[in-house]
Amino acid sequence: MASTIRVRAIAGSDVTEVQALIQHPMDSGFVKDADGKLIPPHHIETVQFEAGGKTVFTALWGPAVSKDPFVKFSFKGAKKGDELKITWMDNEGKSDSSTAKIQ
Amino acid sequence: MYRVAPGAIALTVLALNTAASIAAGPADVFKDAYAKAEAANGRAGKLKNQWTPTQSALGAARKAADSGDYDAAVRLAKQAEDLANASIAQSEREDKLWTDAEIR
Amino acid sequence: MRKVAFLLVAMFVGAQPSWADEKPAPEKDLKAFRDYFTARFPKLQLNDFVNGPYSMNEDMRKQWIEKEDFPPYDFALDRGKELFGTPFKDGKTFADCFPNKGIGIRQNYPYFDEKAAEVVTLELAVNRCLEANGEKPYSYVKDDMAAVTAYMAFTSRGKPFDIKIPDSAKALQAYEDGKRYFYERRGQLNFSCASCHVQYPGERIRAEVLAPALGIMNAMPIYRSEWGGMGTTARRFTSCNSQVRATPLEPDDPTYRNLEYYLSYMANGLPVSGPGARP
Repeated sequence: MASTIRVRAIAGSDVTEVQALIQHPMDSGFVKDADGKLIPPHHIETVQFEAGGKTVFTALWGPAVSKDPFVKFSFKGAKKGDELKITWMDNEGKSDSSTAKIQ
Repeated sequence: MYRVAPGAIALTVLALNTAASIAAGPADVFKDAYAKAEAANGRAGKLKNQWTPTQSALGAARKAADSGDYDAAVRLAKQAEDLANASIAQSEREDKLWTDAEIR
Repeated sequence: MRKVAFLLVAMFVGAQPSWADEKPAPEKDLKAFRDYFTARFPKLQLNDFVNGPYSMNEDMRKQWIEKEDFPPYDFALDRGKELFGTPFKDGKTFADCFPNKGIGIRQNYPYFDEKAAEVVTLELAVNRCLEANGEKPYSYVKDDMAAVTAYMAFTSRGKPFDIKIPDSAKALQAYEDGKRYFYERRGQLNFSCASCHVQYPGERIRAEVLAPALGIMNAMPIYRSEWGGMGTTARRFTSCNSQVRATPLEPDDPTYRNLEYYLSYMANGLPVSGPGARP
């Protein structure tokens, strides 16, 4: 199955800029379907980015984040060629992870 | 065709008419109003110019009739007919007016 | 005899379409259409018009340019490429249905099919291809359909729209029908397409910034944040109809196809920018 995570990390002179797009329905649990039944909540709860064995960014998400979320952030202390690992876990216990080389 | 006494025919006609007027209650009034509204909306449909509130009013009229509230049902059916007629009038109007809006 | 004479007179004098006095002139219409928008937005490059609201609002434009690094239609694009290359049950693929194997041809759609006397959109062609090869047609407005047309649009990115209107009565009638639909007010709210996209491009309707009608087809199909997914031109037509309280037509209705034909022709020369992302 194709990965749900697209990630790109570019190292600058000072900071590394990371962008990630994650494929996920992010159902809030408040929306009804065409038959009037509530669509159960199914959304990412945590997203973790690791570089050099350390966690550099953690996001705590919930029902307020929209479908197919996009996240962008910068961090210091990494260089070109380093590996960046990203992992997400949702409220149903599902998860996915991906690694990318910092460009 | 066999011969029937004219008196028998007259009596039968009278009986049928009485039966019909006894049966013409609120349900029939609603049926009539609903049919008129549906017909008007059908004409709007042929012009590809129906309005969504027309459909809502028809649905609400049907629901009211199903629950026995014929006063509301007839009122909603008449509302639906008015909306349908307004959409037809809009289509006829716009058929002439649209060229005024055209960029030339 | 008098009845016949009356009917003959009625035919000439009576119910003729309003344009019947002059032959439709699409080239003249195109020039007037383009001049209207370039005069209204003199600082805009002609090709910028295809970016809809992003060409109208600086803040939105900045956010959009950032997002284009990782656009929301990325997943649909991948799926579209996969579907495009997957053989049908009979072994053929989409490439067998389209000119140039279906690559780099999006700018030629819609076109007028003289034999069938109708406008053929890309979506219609995709579904006809599926049916001709024993497959079930896609939903005309979203999901797999939008994924496949997104991929096909992507292979045409940058190519100028090249819609042809043959000089035949039926083709010109379809064009004129599309034009009429664009300018006619409809729905209980009594809006026409022109009410928003000709009168108020760059202004707001509730919280949305309105796109100009010039080049409004060029980014199709689009990922609309409002939909949380992809949609084709017909998806936008049906939802716009509902928004003005007009009952939408069937998504593949000939009237919608005629409207797309008119709007696409008006964008001739402007580049394909699809698939697109919109708010």
